[in-house]
Amino acid sequence: MTQPLALPEDDHDGLFADSEEMELSFGPQHPATHGVLRLKLKINGERIVESYPVIGYLHRGTEKLFELHPFFQNIPHTDRMDYVAAATNNQAYVGAVEKLLGLVVPPRARCIRIILAELQRISSHLLWLATHAIDIGAMTPFFYTFREREILLDLFEDYCGARLTLNCMRPGGLPYDLPVGWTGRCAALMADLPGKLDEYEELLTNNRIWKKRTVGIGVLPPEVAIDYGVTGPMLRGSGVRWDLRKALPYDGYDEVEFEVPIGRNGDTYDRYIVRMIEMRQSVRIINQCLEKLPEGPIMAKRPRVMKAGKDAEIYHGIEGPKGEIGFYIVGDGTPNPYRCHVRPPSFINLQSLPELCKGALIADLVALIGTTDIVLGEVDR
Amino acid sequence: MSDEPAPEKPAPEKPAAEKPVPEKPVKKHEPEDPNKPLWEKDPVAPAWLDGADDPLTAALKEEVGDAIEAARSFAGDLTFLVRRDAIARTCAVLKEKHGFTYLVDLCGADYPKREPRFDVVYQLHRFSDQRRIRLRVMTDEATPVPTVCGVWRAANWPEREVWDMFGVRFEGHPDMTRILLWEGFNGFPLRKDFPVEGIDTGSAIYPEFYREGAGPVAGSGTGWKPPKPPQEPS
Amino acid sequence: MTSLIESVRTTVGDTLFYGAVSPLVKILVLLFLMILPLIAYLTLAERRILGFMQARLGPNRVGPWGLLQPIADVAKLLVKGDSIPLRAVKWAFVLAPCLVVGPAILVFAVIPLGPRAEAGGLSWFVTDINTGLLFVVATASIGVYGLILGGWSSNNKFSLMGGLRSAAQMISYEVPQGLALVGPVLLAGTLSMVGIVEAQKADRFWYVFPQIVGFFLYLVAGVAETNRNPFDLPEAESELVAGFHTEYSGMRFALFFLGEYANMIVISAVATTLFLGGWLRPFPNVEALAFLDPVPGVIWFALKVFVFLFLYIWFRGTFPRYRFDQLMDLGWKWMIPVALGNLALTALVKLLVA
Repeated sequence: MTQPLALPEDDHDGLFADSEEMELSFGPQHPATHGVLRLKLKINGERIVESYPVIGYLHRGTEKLFELHPFFQNIPHTDRMDYVAAATNNQAYVGAVEKLLGLVVPPRARCIRIILAELQRISSHLLWLATHAIDIGAMTPFFYTFREREILLDLFEDYCGARLTLNCMRPGGLPYDLPVGWTGRCAALMADLPGKLDEYEELLTNNRIWKKRTVGIGVLPPEVAIDYGVTGPMLRGSGVRWDLRKALPYDGYDEVEFEVPIGRNGDTYDRYIVRMIEMRQSVRIINQCLEKLPEGPIMAKRPRVMKAGKDAEIYHGIEGPKGEIGFYIVGDGTPNPYRCHVRPPSFINLQSLPELCKGALIADLVALIGTTDIVLGEVDR
Repeated sequence: MSDEPAPEKPAPEKPAAEKPVPEKPVKKHEPEDPNKPLWEKDPVAPAWLDGADDPLTAALKEEVGDAIEAARSFAGDLTFLVRRDAIARTCAVLKEKHGFTYLVDLCGADYPKREPRFDVVYQLHRFSDQRRIRLRVMTDEATPVPTVCGVWRAANWPEREVWDMFGVRFEGHPDMTRILLWEGFNGFPLRKDFPVEGIDTGSAIYPEFYREGAGPVAGSGTGWKPPKPPQEPS
Repeated sequence: MTSLIESVRTTVGDTLFYGAVSPLVKILVLLFLMILPLIAYLTLAERRILGFMQARLGPNRVGPWGLLQPIADVAKLLVKGDSIPLRAVKWAFVLAPCLVVGPAILVFAVIPLGPRAEAGGLSWFVTDINTGLLFVVATASIGVYGLILGGWSSNNKFSLMGGLRSAAQMISYEVPQGLALVGPVLLAGTLSMVGIVEAQKADRFWYVFPQIVGFFLYLVAGVAETNRNPFDLPEAESELVAGFHTEYSGMRFALFFLGEYANMIVISAVATTLFLGGWLRPFPNVEALAFLDPVPGVIWFALKVFVFLFLYIWFRGTFPRYRFDQLMDLGWKWMIPVALGNLALTALVKLLVA
């Protein structure tokens, strides 16, 4: 159990206190905290004795905003939570609304949703790899991954006009069909991507320094990971073969073939490998979907005004790039959700950070922040 | 948003107002073709079902007795209404005996018209058969809910968030402090009576500069006055 | 040129000429026509080369191919606001950048860019003292005080940690670096930088061949000494924000920057002198390559230095960063024993051969 730290708020003079330990405020303006995370650290030399995350700097009251708007107008709010994985946020939200209203998504829309979600997973993982590598001091993968991510974002732009805040799904289906030639461009990128992934791995996977910095760092045993509610690649890196795409298939994930990689030791290196394999599996899923892309409508029949039933409440979670992103929605018979709660994967995963960095060094801390793959927009909502 | 249906209020312009008139009867009176694919049929919203005959309900009632006040299911998710003081015990039983080792989510909800007004909702997951259930606890502002931090460490931050957003306290929580807002924030923003345009936070942060209610107000002046600050935790 | 030198020499007299005029002119030429422009353009080269390695362009807007970029950078840094933190220890804060850049440039005094003077000319070095190498090692090690002082006086915990890291790192790596330098000294039998190159000429091989282990040790230790990737822990951006120079801005920051690049050039120049035969052409013992002789020595020297500098940049584009304890492990558990073994072996061979 993390005990509360009684750190003084103004610790300017903590430096010369009698204690052996130094108090360090790591962030919120720090290049390695991926936004505005603040960690109160107690360090002994370079070793971290205690850490206490302070969050909320990016809190925008998204859950309050959800209550103000009709169901379909809330989709843009979901974009802005995990702003590097908007498509999966959309998918989770519209999935929840569909479950609430009993909408059935047509097969073509489901297939395109899978493609979009997997593209988003790749783009999110590419961004993670870039920042993770640059945290550990490898500068070059950053530019390589951004090169590919750029093409990926171009695909999104072609589809829905936006690159990050996509707003690309609707309850019951999709807003637009794929533009002409999109599948060809997507397939070309998918043919290209495995080679590019090899390129990144060549720089990192067998690099001695990379291994020294990641192997055995931040070990999270499976039972501890489950206890902390950690999901996504973090959980799989610890060796738990659990992926919502397999466990509770949604949007037709049971119709595509893919494998769920797991790690052996639960350390930072395993999580790195898991994410690298996940990108390859995503390529595999997208290729299958492009191949079998069915014809037909992209929007289900749905009421003109979407109203949830009185007292209706559902929870729907999907496998986002960072873990399970879920929505708990309560309806009250109006077109607005009465209560819409988000289960943000970054928030729950970040909770395990003090456990991960017990006894680690400052340099490990940045590697561990990188490996938890947090987006503060989602942590703080 | 061009493809989205307008919200239910009637369109103000004349030509637009004419449009729905011919559409509506078509939708109502055409008989449903039974062979149509599901997505072309009218959606059937799920409804509440009784969950009393679920084996889990029976087993749980056996083990924790009257802690389970109701069991219903909606869209396949079994929901137990649990007595407040028995929640930690129920969770422990669910974890130890029924394999719900994973706390997916914990959140609050506010129903100001109801007594007691708050819900705390727990989503649990069982890995063996991928089963999900939901627990609900009702509470009010004054009564704390027993923490489940001892059952799952995952509950730590979500419980802090519920305290932060709703002002529901958790008994036995190791670190019952605000998480997203700062200590001393005046109010609980996800309560239904909290104004969307924000409140005067100035007096809370800079009491030496602003009288209570005299600081800068977010949004346009709505004349809203902050309520009395909540009871300080003893 | 020669006649100009001759006329100046006859005007001021030999003593004054060799004692003051010639060194002064050389220092000015070295500083303002060689080192400072080299540092400035090294930054540009680094950015362009890294850009090439990282599938991007690098600066290419100021002037043709971005050639005026360094000048624009210097102009920006000169006019930029220069702030000193309120609680900083002011004198140390101001002194620190000077302590970094001064010694780094001072070392060039004894580095021979070319051979001794032939009759009526000037030598290609400012001075040749018989303890030249000792001077290099001693002077270069002053630089660490700048980093420690800068880190400590900023009154910033990240800076302090950067300063501590740099102290530990530079002092640790000075040991294998010094030990690696003793190899060539043993072979040459002199500490004079010019003497070592001349000994390589006399021995008719570069000392990199018998001292290959020492060469690599020196290379790695040199990278660590200059705080460059993969040993850039004192200023590790993602960990310590910018380490010891977090609080520096404007020209004071530029001085730190200057010091780092000057140190890179110093390490490269010393490695060139000791291991790669200084101004000598490749394979000084192979007669078939005699057609290379007309190329001035300084060109060979510059080429070899550039190879090292390119290596530095290449490292930066390739490696992640070591962790602090791993860095210490590498230094104390691997490099020092290997350096000692190399030294003992060299001494033994020298003894047996002589």
